[in-house]
Amino acid sequence: MTPAAPRLGVTPSPTGRSRAGRGRALVQVALRRAVWAVPVFVVVSAGLFTIGAASPFDPVRQYAGARGPSTDPAVLDQIRANWGLDRPLPEQYLTWAGNLVRGDLGPSRSLNRPVSQVITERAGWSALLVGVSLVLMLGLSLTLGTLSAWWRDTWFDRAVVAGSYVLQAAPSFWLGLAAIWVFAILLGWFPAGGLTDLDAVGPTTAAVLRHLLLPAAVLAVSQSSWFTLFVRETVLGTLREDFVTGARARGLAERTVVSRHALRAALLPYLTLAGTQLPELVTGAILVETVFNWPGLGSVSVQAALGLDFPLLAAITLLATVAVVVGNLVADLAYTLADPRVRIDG
Amino acid sequence: MQRGRVTTAVCSLALALVLAACAGGSGTGAEKRASTAAADAFVIGVDSEPTNLNPLLGYGPEGATKIFDGLVSRDASLKLVPALAAELPDITPDGRTVTVRLRDGVHFHDGTPLTAKDVVFTYRTVLDPKVDTTVRSDLGALETVEAPDERTVVFRLKEPDVPFVQRLTLGIVPEHLLQGQDVNTAPFNTKPVGTGPFAFESWTPGERLVLKANQDYWGGAPKLERVVVAFIDDDNVRAARMEAGELDATHINPKAASRFRDRPGLTVHVIPSADYRGVSLPSKNPVTGDLAIRKALALAVDREALVRAVLDGAGAPTWGPVSPLTEWFNPAVIPTETGPDVARRILDEGGWTPGAGGVRQKDGREARLTLLYPAGDSLRKDLALAFASAAKEVGVEVEVLGLGWDVIETRMHDDPVVFGWGTPYDPDFHTYELFHSSFAGIGYFNPTFYNNPEVDRLLETGRRTLDPTARRAAYQAMQERVVADQPWAWLVYLNHVYVVRGKWTGLQRQIEPHAHGLTHGVWWNLEDWAPAS
Repeated sequence: MTPAAPRLGVTPSPTGRSRAGRGRALVQVALRRAVWAVPVFVVVSAGLFTIGAASPFDPVRQYAGARGPSTDPAVLDQIRANWGLDRPLPEQYLTWAGNLVRGDLGPSRSLNRPVSQVITERAGWSALLVGVSLVLMLGLSLTLGTLSAWWRDTWFDRAVVAGSYVLQAAPSFWLGLAAIWVFAILLGWFPAGGLTDLDAVGPTTAAVLRHLLLPAAVLAVSQSSWFTLFVRETVLGTLREDFVTGARARGLAERTVVSRHALRAALLPYLTLAGTQLPELVTGAILVETVFNWPGLGSVSVQAALGLDFPLLAAITLLATVAVVVGNLVADLAYTLADPRVRIDG
Repeated sequence: MQRGRVTTAVCSLALALVLAACAGGSGTGAEKRASTAAADAFVIGVDSEPTNLNPLLGYGPEGATKIFDGLVSRDASLKLVPALAAELPDITPDGRTVTVRLRDGVHFHDGTPLTAKDVVFTYRTVLDPKVDTTVRSDLGALETVEAPDERTVVFRLKEPDVPFVQRLTLGIVPEHLLQGQDVNTAPFNTKPVGTGPFAFESWTPGERLVLKANQDYWGGAPKLERVVVAFIDDDNVRAARMEAGELDATHINPKAASRFRDRPGLTVHVIPSADYRGVSLPSKNPVTGDLAIRKALALAVDREALVRAVLDGAGAPTWGPVSPLTEWFNPAVIPTETGPDVARRILDEGGWTPGAGGVRQKDGREARLTLLYPAGDSLRKDLALAFASAAKEVGVEVEVLGLGWDVIETRMHDDPVVFGWGTPYDPDFHTYELFHSSFAGIGYFNPTFYNNPEVDRLLETGRRTLDPTARRAAYQAMQERVVADQPWAWLVYLNHVYVVRGKWTGLQRQIEPHAHGLTHGVWWNLEDWAPAS
């Protein structure tokens, strides 16, 4: 595995550039990515719209819920007309897109409130959960992967590898339920779910942190096994490379060889992967939020999908697209910081 | 050096989180709840979160909303009692005009007095076609609503409709907070203001709703000062959080009941519902079109065994469409003899003779059916399988097939389906649409195309007759006629199971409808609860 695989907009350069030039180039890359994201989002939202319309499920029936069968079909038809679902599909899409351009995300049909309200109610909690999980995941996989490679074939290494395979196979909702059983019920260390104590007056920082730790840890652990194995493999690979042998030959301590030379070289592809892993983390968050009753966008997106609430679903997709674009950008940025040989190709 | 700093930052953040968690974690779980003993907040765990808290958009149209009051409400025995009305509504002898006088001195939670204009606004908004609400279907009979003065409301109906007064449980909303707004997305939907025993405090969507006692409630301030409603979809998680001591009351899966039965301080409540599961037997299907087949299928199924094996004991057998726990029930619908032998005799007499492979036939047609159930509903699947095996025993081959509702909708006029219907309230609700010939094949109404002019007449009599005795007689006769024709095989009523922590006075059982989230449930009259000393 070569540590510096070329990526879109980032090419290895023998010289590097001045700090100011690099900053300008970064802005250009960011802008170019943002412009690219627009057609991507148009394709995604149009696809979402078409699939939604082709779906055999009727959004009005979903809206009516358990009351649907006992509701006069004429009333349901009226609601269908109110939503414009009787209009041709391109017209529905253009109406929605036109409102979006004017900054109006439209109403969430299934939740009887503006989509913007749903987003403001929940996006912060999702960002907190995913952000903390990402940090935990990176820290956990780097530490375990490096130690595992360093202590190759010891009991520690075997335990990490075996444990990673088991966790990779375990679905995150199962892991969540198991964590609730062990840490909330048997040990009573953490609350089983929610954002704050149910009988508390308001969410306090300490209470939110206490409620955050279990879901964040479950999300981090469920996503980190693959990464741990990846770090272990890359560090093992670099430990066999000439420059590491050279460092050892210079008489450097093994600790320094591993952390300064092997790990640093192994970090490069890892950063790229971490950026692209963001969508998976968001997907994982949907299940973890549902199990732990975390009031974020993940749990509401399930509701939006089941209720065929197109305006809400599209807004969440828009946010996810932004997150992916930003994630990749940050990964590339970190890449250039970590490897001086890499320059940004504005 | 760069990476060294990052590592340090990651480690410190992780450490800080752990420390914060441990610092705050000393008082979690069972110990904490035990020490506060539900003194300040009563925590209910429910499985479904309302999509809005606006009665106009379908939040608790049958009452028990905690936040709102209807003009009338129901007591434990389901009798109508006046709520925002000063006394029960007055109905003219022709059944077309309903007059309500309002209770004096009632205020909304924001301090504004309740007037007849708020009531008129509530009902007119539901009738507005621009408002996306299924409640409009309940008010199909309503033509106009007027307020001749500040304290009086007059409803005029398109045709005589005696059960209309049962619809007056709909919560009344304040006109001044909703007028001129798009009701479908109004801020009111998530920040409601009503006249009810509890006032809205906060709602974290996806997590919890907090209500506080309305100290000025016209029915007396509730003893519970704060009520927290936690929204926890998953049955297992809800039971786990009840066990961990985070919840004071919750709805559980009947299978989990045994875990809670012998716990000190916890009580398991099994509450009957009027929510039945049954199999429709369409008249257009060449096999179920034959009365002998319908009768035989209905009598062949051992309902006691269904309750034991499929419902874990949490249910009751049923032979007709009206709950035996209501005053409208006619015990004559219960057959004197049941079982496979009776079913076989009926089929023999009906001309269905045993044929190849044990499948009966008549005039060259084999007794073969496809029974549909909504895929993903494991309860209906189990009922379908049990129904099929009982049918096979008497020589009717039933293949069960799980499908989405969208496909079932296209096939339900020809194939039997495991449906769920039933209401504990007026017998007119649902039975009119299910059995009146004018509703045959309209949406989910009357999917069997049942058509009996005498039943039509009895249903119309029940809808139009003011005299309670005559009404009751009409519904009694209707049940006997319908069960004689057997357009459905009614199977079981479902019981709902709850766990409640602590001892309470005021806790009363009320037969429940299908819905049992925050509104109906063992906590339907939470405003009357007080800790038993």
